Amino acid sequence: MSLKEKLLSSFIVFENQAEVDSYVNEVRNEAIKTFEEKGFPTKKDEAWKYTSLNKILKEDYSVFPKQENALEYKDVKKYFIHDIDTYKIVFIDGKYSSHLSETTHDGIDVCLMSAALTKPKYRLVIENYFNKASNKDSLSSLNTAFSKEGAYIHIPKGKVVEKPIQIIHFSTGDESSTMLQPRNLIVVEENSHVQIIERHQSLTSNPVLTNSVTEVFAKKRAIIDYYKIQNDTQASSLIDNTFIKQKQESFVSVHTFSFGGKLTRNNLNFYQEGERIDSTLKGVTIIGDKQHVDHNTLVHHIEPNCESHQDYKGIFADSSTGVFNGKVVVEKEAQKTNAFQANNNILISDKAAINTKPQLEIFADDVKCSHGCTIGQLDESALFYMRSRGIPEKEAKALLMYAFSNNVLSSVKIPEIKERITKIIAKQLGVNIGFDL
Amino acid sequence: MSKYTEDDLREELKTKEYEYGFYTDIESETFPNGLNEDIVKAISKKKEEPEWMTEWRLEAFRIWKDMEEPEWANVNYEKPDFQGISYYSAPNSKPKYDSIDEVDPELLATFDKLGISLDEQKKLAGVAMDVVVDSVSVATTFKETLAEQGIIFMSISEAIKEHPELVKKYIGTVVPQKDNFYAALNSAVFSDGSFCYIPKGVRCPMELSTYFRINQAGTGQFERTLVIADEGSYVSYLEGCTAPSRDENQLHAAVVELIALDDSEIKYSTVQNWFPGNAEGKGGVFNFVTKRGLCETNAKISWTQVETGSAVTWKYPSCVLKGNNSVGEFYSIAVTNNYQQADTGTKMIHLGKNTKSTIISKGISAGKSQNSYRGLVQINSRAENARNFSQCDSLLMGNECGAHTFPYIEAKNQTAQIEHEATTSKIGEDQIFYCNQRGIDTEKAIALIVNGFSKEVLNKLPMEFAVEAQKLLEISLEGSVG
Repeated sequence: MSLKEKLLSSFIVFENQAEVDSYVNEVRNEAIKTFEEKGFPTKKDEAWKYTSLNKILKEDYSVFPKQENALEYKDVKKYFIHDIDTYKIVFIDGKYSSHLSETTHDGIDVCLMSAALTKPKYRLVIENYFNKASNKDSLSSLNTAFSKEGAYIHIPKGKVVEKPIQIIHFSTGDESSTMLQPRNLIVVEENSHVQIIERHQSLTSNPVLTNSVTEVFAKKRAIIDYYKIQNDTQASSLIDNTFIKQKQESFVSVHTFSFGGKLTRNNLNFYQEGERIDSTLKGVTIIGDKQHVDHNTLVHHIEPNCESHQDYKGIFADSSTGVFNGKVVVEKEAQKTNAFQANNNILISDKAAINTKPQLEIFADDVKCSHGCTIGQLDESALFYMRSRGIPEKEAKALLMYAFSNNVLSSVKIPEIKERITKIIAKQLGVNIGFDL
Repeated sequence: MSKYTEDDLREELKTKEYEYGFYTDIESETFPNGLNEDIVKAISKKKEEPEWMTEWRLEAFRIWKDMEEPEWANVNYEKPDFQGISYYSAPNSKPKYDSIDEVDPELLATFDKLGISLDEQKKLAGVAMDVVVDSVSVATTFKETLAEQGIIFMSISEAIKEHPELVKKYIGTVVPQKDNFYAALNSAVFSDGSFCYIPKGVRCPMELSTYFRINQAGTGQFERTLVIADEGSYVSYLEGCTAPSRDENQLHAAVVELIALDDSEIKYSTVQNWFPGNAEGKGGVFNFVTKRGLCETNAKISWTQVETGSAVTWKYPSCVLKGNNSVGEFYSIAVTNNYQQADTGTKMIHLGKNTKSTIISKGISAGKSQNSYRGLVQINSRAENARNFSQCDSLLMGNECGAHTFPYIEAKNQTAQIEHEATTSKIGEDQIFYCNQRGIDTEKAIALIVNGFSKEVLNKLPMEFAVEAQKLLEISLEGSVG
């Protein structure tokens, strides 16, 4: 039985178990139909030209989360940004772990999707926002159909959330491969500010496939900083679908750090529905082995006077492959748009490959749009300079590569994350030096 | 046809200024509409082709039958009815031109402005003309001069008869029959085209040139061009295109194959100003062209194109950089106005070591047109030290047009060095104001700025082409500024 068939039959069971909420159930039923029609994307789809899911879909995944597996905090502490105080929403095999979490309803809602989907007091928010940003492609629809659990964050007007929120998904699937489909909803009302850190971590060597959907709504003048840390085991794959709708004068930035995982696909979509919006998409990818990281971004400029900045850096070793597929659409009305897109890559192995496709689709004339993309090597003369001053080759190379990705790191607003990423980069490059010289 | 002398040609060329937009009343022999194996055989027979050529065409036809029209391009158009087209038309007699009154005055005015008679051009640069009226080559000049050097420059149907060994060896090697839908169609039914062979170590003394015209109403034009530069040779080849005004959409599916053997260089320049349809987007030529060049060791192929015409353009002159140290270049200006759609760009396939490619693409969209750049830069795993530089600039005029960029960059070698850069902008108000202040009216000012914007590419054209191209740019953008 193929995964698609399995998912379709599982949906019937899932639907029977689901609580009777007409709105959400309607959306789910609609979504499973879309998935049934479209199926999993193949390389024939233009958006999946360079990324094949075939191998990953062959695994026999268990679709439903099993009983809660308890984890001790001390065992998983290292996966948290633990040196600062944060709210935490932690899931183990798709089930909420109250033990590891720290949620709140005090002025803001940092809690669970399952609660939001069932409790009447959230009903209005769900009807207004649930599945309103997500597009109708097959993988997002699949997630929608099985949407049940995930993080629910609602920040009311004029609130600056004083500590960051961490969303962590652990998978422990000891006996079999697991497929997880977390669903997050984040609504940030006018003039509010929130920082979010998201991480998916597998604790087993069994294959894990995560198909996650996150919907983010930023209202007028809201500020959201979103950090995605992707440093999972080599057996896990992640398809991350993030949809962000911004209203006027809001600032949203998403930083994606991809170091781990077998296959990582980031579908990051920004829709600018107001004037003077600023969107930032940045990412660092450093991978090796047979890893594959695919960044698929879309920035849709709908209204005038908006800006977007994209900056993706990639370093590819061994037989790894990188894909960057960035698209900027500027509608006719979106005059005075300022869109910038850069993608720089370094290949450090003969077997590594990079496919990049930065696209511009522009329908307005008074705009400034540019994209740049490079594939190159480390500067020989810079390397020579450092080596002639006694810095070993490996370290010198690492320093240059760190400098190469520093553009992205410099806009990270939480110093602890920066520190953590710096450490991961050092490890990834196989050196033991602190970079903040 | 043998009676047709150079003097006759000169006579003909004098009347050239109104020839462009003109339905020449030539008594043509036209095949019935539709396409099947019999038609393919009939075309081949008509052209007295050898057996292997007929077989080659049939093979292409069989491939084509099973193919589907591509839809990935960023263009919208009504699909041509491939069974509603006549696949062969050849003039029976020498072209005779009727009175100038028959010509669409609007078109005439345009060509007046272009102001370049072919005659003048010929004198200016010693251009040899292989004038193609519809599908059969009518006149070939300077053949003797070229023959002295051993250069073969003739229509491809003649070449099939006279130099079968060369044609057989190279045809379809760069663009195979099964390459794509239109290439397959062309391979099956190509009516004529040019053939050029430059022997070892010869530097072709003049710019070779052909002019294509789509003439007979409702005739598809399927040109096939094959240029072979033998070791150490050099050739500069010009292709210019004009077509008369027609309401019905006309199909043009040409195939151009360039073969640059070791140490040779081919420079291929195109100016294309086929009928783009009227201001309402009615009519115009469909231009679906496959152009590709193969570079052996140390060879260089340079494509330069100025695309101002056609209702729909679908064209990607490409270079396969097979040999070590080979160089590919692509310089393009694509101008779209009114309802024109262009999806054009290039492919640079790096296979050999130390290969270099440069892509400079300038897109200018006005009116309600859509202009796309689509390009592929592929560095294969054995292409050590490959180098690519791409630059795509788009200029938008008015807010009803679109400019799109779809670059594909695939690198499989760590020593590759690739830079890609694209910008989209409009003409600055301050620039126009500056010109206005100095007494240059807005339209002239825009022409000036557009020329500056396109300079990098215009500079690559042979001189007499550059003059024509510059004027063409002005004409194409006329009235696009309110």
